[in-house]
Amino acid sequence: MAWPSTTTPASLRTLVLVVVGALLCAAGAGGCAPRTPAGGAGGDRATGTLRVWLFREVDNAPKAAVVDEAVAAFERAHRGVRAEVTHIPVETRAQRIKAAFNDPRSAPDVVEYGNTDTAGYVRDGGLADLTADLAAWDDARALDPAAKRSVTVDGKLYGAPLLVGVRALYYRTDVFRELGLKPPATLDELAATARRVHAARPGLYGLAVGGAYTYAALPFVWAHGGDVAERKGRSYEATVDDPAARRGIAAYTSLFGDHNCPASRCARMTGNETVQAFASGKAAMAIAGDFSHQAMENGKVKGAYAVVPLPGTREGRIAPAFAGGNNLGVLRSSTHRTLAVDLLKSLAGKRTQARLFDAMGFLPAFTDVRAEAARKRPFVEPFVRTLASGARSVPVTPAWAAIDAGQVLPTLLQEVVSGRADVDAATAGAARKMNAAFRKNGLRS
Amino acid sequence: MGGTGGKGGTPWLHLAPALVVLGGLLVYPVYELGLISFLEYTQAQVSGGEPTSFQGLGNYRALFTDARFGQVLLTTVVFAAACVVATLAVGCALAVLLTRIRALPRLALTLAALGAWATPAITGSTVWVFLFDPDFGPVDKALSRLGLSGFDGYAWTYDRYSAFALVLLEIVWCSFPFVMVTVYAGIRAIPGEVLEAAALDGASQWRIWRDVMAPMLRPVLVVVTIQSVIWDFKVFTQIYVMTNGGGIAGQNLTLNVYAYQKAFASSQYGLGSAIGVVMLLILLAVTLGYLRLLRRQGEEI
Repeated sequence: MAWPSTTTPASLRTLVLVVVGALLCAAGAGGCAPRTPAGGAGGDRATGTLRVWLFREVDNAPKAAVVDEAVAAFERAHRGVRAEVTHIPVETRAQRIKAAFNDPRSAPDVVEYGNTDTAGYVRDGGLADLTADLAAWDDARALDPAAKRSVTVDGKLYGAPLLVGVRALYYRTDVFRELGLKPPATLDELAATARRVHAARPGLYGLAVGGAYTYAALPFVWAHGGDVAERKGRSYEATVDDPAARRGIAAYTSLFGDHNCPASRCARMTGNETVQAFASGKAAMAIAGDFSHQAMENGKVKGAYAVVPLPGTREGRIAPAFAGGNNLGVLRSSTHRTLAVDLLKSLAGKRTQARLFDAMGFLPAFTDVRAEAARKRPFVEPFVRTLASGARSVPVTPAWAAIDAGQVLPTLLQEVVSGRADVDAATAGAARKMNAAFRKNGLRS
Repeated sequence: MGGTGGKGGTPWLHLAPALVVLGGLLVYPVYELGLISFLEYTQAQVSGGEPTSFQGLGNYRALFTDARFGQVLLTTVVFAAACVVATLAVGCALAVLLTRIRALPRLALTLAALGAWATPAITGSTVWVFLFDPDFGPVDKALSRLGLSGFDGYAWTYDRYSAFALVLLEIVWCSFPFVMVTVYAGIRAIPGEVLEAAALDGASQWRIWRDVMAPMLRPVLVVVTIQSVIWDFKVFTQIYVMTNGGGIAGQNLTLNVYAYQKAFASSQYGLGSAIGVVMLLILLAVTLGYLRLLRRQGEEI
């Protein structure tokens, strides 16, 4: 291998040229800046083919059957219109949807998306404002307020909720019976129960908790009267270092340790890993969603568990849960706008949501449909009760994507749990990082 | 450039195809990287939600005022250096071993090394995490059965240094085969008489390596060292998979994982490009410094 001796200065010179060129170029008219598409709105054709992207679930056939039925009814009602449904893999949905924003020609008209992505997609210019289109939609009146907030950015609607997901407390009925325990009625009782189980059964985590499981920590913060951030004018300000939020963080992090869930194992655990721990019989309690039901049924704990709402700080209260779920939206680039909204109303309407619950167990976003579902299947009752008592969400701002990706909350929890920082120092650090993200993303939002 | 004199466009004509390919594949992406690092360029700009705006050194300022960046940079340099030294030591030692053993064990060793080499990083990382799992992993069980009771249920990824040690082991395991095979080929090219003469003069194995083989293998070692430096500096998969994306409270973050968390996962491509440019400059400086050091020692390379 020979390295020509002229390599050194030549490549350096090239590099300098490139950097200088980039500076000049960017400072100038921007004629050589990376391409930004015009991103204009599409059109409103009355015939042709509509494209729909939905998430592919683990066992997708029943979902596809319900969707196909709704689509067939839509096609019968609209002559000369076809709808093509693609079920996209959940893991790569972010890339697929971003690519769709970049290339309107291959983009779908109607798309399913996770409800924490709403603000980001709106800022990216990908979703159409449907406020006027949905104003006269009868079904919308029964929408759960938390679900409605998850499609709302700055007072405008950018879609309709398709399903909601919420977490509650799973516990082992056999273990509780043998130890003479009752499901806890307050968060303090929850901690005490977890200790007693772990003391009596050292092989079990009392309550499986995870240092990377943000959605389990948030209810503790909310139950203690705190929040991670609050709205200030057009932006947000971190409140995770307020006394109330600190009490919540202290309550959650006190569950880590040799008395319940050793930090050396649990500090790194994610939500999925705590669900796995419970499903495989390694934990007496876990905070898990209605959507984790199947994982439990497939695990060792089948037939030996029950669910109650996660209790609040006082008896009779329910800790506010994180309102997860998916929405349907119409892309701004859609060339069949009116038809796309019609199809969206049909797919996210009461009838389809009721059928999706029967087929897939997805919790409906309409309160009346949900009450009916709880009557039909008692398993979802604690989840419906949790939602009825008021679920909450994270700030609806594109800054949250940066805070989430930057692992700000997991780092906060892990710093406390591993003894690197106390609650005050760790929450102060997290608040600093969150405020930096809010400032950066608040400039033009 | 000698002979053809002043108006010789012919050499450039002959070089043109290579230059076009080089320019397209190398210079243009680097140019785009540098350009984007001076812009506010997020998903909103890519998909046309907002206009692109010039930020000057804004992205670089954001980077260098982040206290975390300095720590991560230092960690990355130290960790990459440790990986390079360990990989080269293991690779060279096994290459020498290959020349000293019979055909059958040599075949076995080569196959084992090729197996490690062929394993995708993500598979290797997952398997290693499983081997060292505190609940189900055979390593903890074997160690505690050997009487080291402290390792019963030991969580390797909880402590910062044991987590790094675990990742280092995996990286050495999957990258030593390249060093071993390349150096082995180099040793095979050394004339047998030279080694025989050294042995006749009574030189020890270590002395033969240091004073005979290593100097003759220098060009090969230069290549494998630079390759290792670049690979280990850019390590992503192993850290991301084995420490759950950077370890407890980010204790095991390296530059690439940091860039992913800080920038790419939230589509802040401008900031991510700035990190890329910094990495490029560091790698360029390390490589050029290393070559210059060798040249000063009078080596023709």
